[in-house]
Amino acid sequence: MRKIKKLEMRGISKSFQGNPANRDINLTVNSGEILGLLGENGAGKTTLMNILYGLYQPDSGQILINDEEVRLTSPLDSIHHGIGMVHQHFMLVQNHSVLENIALGYEKTPFFFPKIRIRDKVVEFARRFNFAMDPTMKIWQLSAGEQQRVEIIKALLNGADLLILDEPTSVLTPQEIEDLFHILKDMKAQGHMVIIITHKLDEIMDICDRVTVIQKGTVVGSADTATMDKRSLARMMIGREVLFNAEREQLPKGDTVLKVDGITVKGDKGTPVVKNMSFEVYENEIFGVAGVAGNGQRELGEAITGIRAIETGRVEVKGVDTTNMSPRRIYDAGLSHIPEERIRFGIAPGLFLYDNSILKQHHLKKFSKKLFLEYSQIRDHAKSLVESYRVSTHSIDVQTKNLSGGNIQKLILGREISEKPPLLVASHPTYGLDVGATEYLREELLTRRREGGAILLFSEDLEEVMKLCDRIAVMFEGEFVGVLDSGDPRLADIGLMMAGSLRL
Amino acid sequence: MLRIKVSDRATTTGLRSFMTNIASLVAGLCAIGLIFVACGVNPFYAISKIFMGSFGSMYGFKETVTKAIPLIIIGGGLTLAFRSRFWNIGAEGQLLMGAIFSTWVGLAWGPNLPSWAIVPLMFAAGFLGGALWGLIPAILKIRFSINEVISTLMLNYICAEFMTLLIVGPWKGRSRFGFPGTDNLPESAILGVISGSRIHYVTLILALVFAVILAVVVYKTRFGYEVRVIGENPDAGRYAGINFFKTSLIVMAVSGGMAGIAGVGEVAGIHHYLTYPASISSGYGFTAIIVAWLAKLNPLYAVVSGLFFAGILVGGDAIQISLGLPAATVQIVNGTLLVFLIMGDFFFKNKITIRWGK
Repeated sequence: MRKIKKLEMRGISKSFQGNPANRDINLTVNSGEILGLLGENGAGKTTLMNILYGLYQPDSGQILINDEEVRLTSPLDSIHHGIGMVHQHFMLVQNHSVLENIALGYEKTPFFFPKIRIRDKVVEFARRFNFAMDPTMKIWQLSAGEQQRVEIIKALLNGADLLILDEPTSVLTPQEIEDLFHILKDMKAQGHMVIIITHKLDEIMDICDRVTVIQKGTVVGSADTATMDKRSLARMMIGREVLFNAEREQLPKGDTVLKVDGITVKGDKGTPVVKNMSFEVYENEIFGVAGVAGNGQRELGEAITGIRAIETGRVEVKGVDTTNMSPRRIYDAGLSHIPEERIRFGIAPGLFLYDNSILKQHHLKKFSKKLFLEYSQIRDHAKSLVESYRVSTHSIDVQTKNLSGGNIQKLILGREISEKPPLLVASHPTYGLDVGATEYLREELLTRRREGGAILLFSEDLEEVMKLCDRIAVMFEGEFVGVLDSGDPRLADIGLMMAGSLRL
Repeated sequence: MLRIKVSDRATTTGLRSFMTNIASLVAGLCAIGLIFVACGVNPFYAISKIFMGSFGSMYGFKETVTKAIPLIIIGGGLTLAFRSRFWNIGAEGQLLMGAIFSTWVGLAWGPNLPSWAIVPLMFAAGFLGGALWGLIPAILKIRFSINEVISTLMLNYICAEFMTLLIVGPWKGRSRFGFPGTDNLPESAILGVISGSRIHYVTLILALVFAVILAVVVYKTRFGYEVRVIGENPDAGRYAGINFFKTSLIVMAVSGGMAGIAGVGEVAGIHHYLTYPASISSGYGFTAIIVAWLAKLNPLYAVVSGLFFAGILVGGDAIQISLGLPAATVQIVNGTLLVFLIMGDFFFKNKITIRWGK
């Protein structure tokens, strides 16, 4: 098998329907090197990598492997040349076992008894890169991190010297991220090369040897990470200074807005995942719930916002008992909600932008008279949302599915925050957003706090929680193992609390 | 090497939607032409005969309008159900249930009531019958997650057999001399027709009024908004606090009820008594699915597409007689057109680029 020692992309350009996604991009990777591909949402990172993986053909430019030009017209071509890719959304058959999935994507799978005959090989690969995995498990039984490992093994078995990972950490817990980084370092030591697509600066600093920054389809810089710091990287990525420390002034403690009193909530499997929990959130306050995913945060959020049933206990919003009320009644009581899975819950993709600008508010007096909707008011409202929340779209008469993820998130944020709700429940509001949009969104949350709003923030991003929140609760196995003020020195041990080994 | 690529169309326009439909129909007619060729019939002659038979003469046109009445009403109701992603394949059964309910009302109270009282009562009973038959699969779906395609389809057969049971059993009329069928409805319960035709105008007016009302409901009201949100993304509906149970029940009550009204028209306007299900409805409940689809789920367009498919029904009958083609011809024509319309939808939503070279 040919070994890739050096891969070069020269002058790559690609446009879609006249919109340039990549313009004259140059990029080099050498063996034993991890390259970070950094850029905002929609900068063209994924397009570039899809070209390398043979999914798209460039309009112009060359790809060279060991200084020899190659043409990659399909993923099969790329695999033959030793290029493997792990997509952001895994391409695995949920009801099949790990072995079956690997056999499915493996070219040398024998026709008869495929599972038995590739088993040894899979086990050997897993050992070589220190993966812990049971090859007979079904995919749906695996965590996101384990599924990712299956994808990585698939690529390596097919002889990938160069592995492309598209936003590999976006679905992982902090522990899993660490494991992944160990695997990548092992691969690097064995002479593989890796390209990581990301917009997280920390990851670039942690794991990458070099970084190439893409902005609006062109390379704006390339550097060794050893010579860079986060601030200069961020400046390179968005072309201006980023406020890393949003100003959060001291505000007097206000009245209780949300009162949660001893609630128990069941998870999808019918077991209690939120256990007898009580807390309050006040005006002028951002209350953060931190923790490793899967410790009941999602269910807690869904229960408070009315999407999930509360078994016992009571929830009050501004003194009104909202326990198990419909989401609309809870909204009327003063609660807005930025849902965790925004595409799944937050919008109706086929309806127009202006239709989506009033989801859950369509029954309000200003948007409807008796049975009828007031479309002129709705359109004005949509226009003002687009303007004040910087949703980039050429019109409000577009189907919402045509907006990018970041813009959909801004639309939802605008919709939920513009009514100045007394209480905002925000679940991972900056997840998947680029640095610019994140900064903007955090600024909006702080503004709301200043205006007297109460915010319940769920986030796995510790940096975000530390920066924004007045109080931080750490959730572990359905309970708060500690609630700390932002200045509390014990926050240094938050990692231990998230792991459940420290309880205050 | 030939390379074919399918990608999402970023923007779609009303004009493109219209042109896609026309192109699909033309392509469908071409395919039907091939079938005629295989039968040894000149396809141009046969197709022109279909449209001459339905739109080319006064008699034919009157028949076309007559058959368009149930198609427009049912098709309109189906646009609402389909828009909320409730795949109601049971309009045929809902039509028959409407016919049964209204016949009962007509026979029981007709002799003692004047027209202005009995006719509205029959329409109300027909609506109720269709609505109840439509609510069964709605409840089954929401409460027990039973697939509505299966349940609505099966309920068609149950209703048809039930109706047959009635006309050969307890409801068999004395005036039929042992043949299946109820007695004739009393004079006051029979719908008036435009003279020289079988067009029962009361139902026609109802069909047009319903189309307008439905269009307003879907595009202008809060309820219509909720239906569209649920249809587009049920999870977003849940998040927005839209009451699923209530909305689905209303949608299916309206969809089934409108099919029931079509059933009233067929019994009280055309046949004047309840007879075999296959005579009461020549598959209107199924043809209306295509009507709703061709109308792009817009109840106003269903008026036009209803007329179009009524034309094919009438023209199909005409060529059966004049060209000696089998009775299944109409179904083949309808089925082929539906397949092409659905294929057209694919080309409408996706952009296909074909080019030569590596």
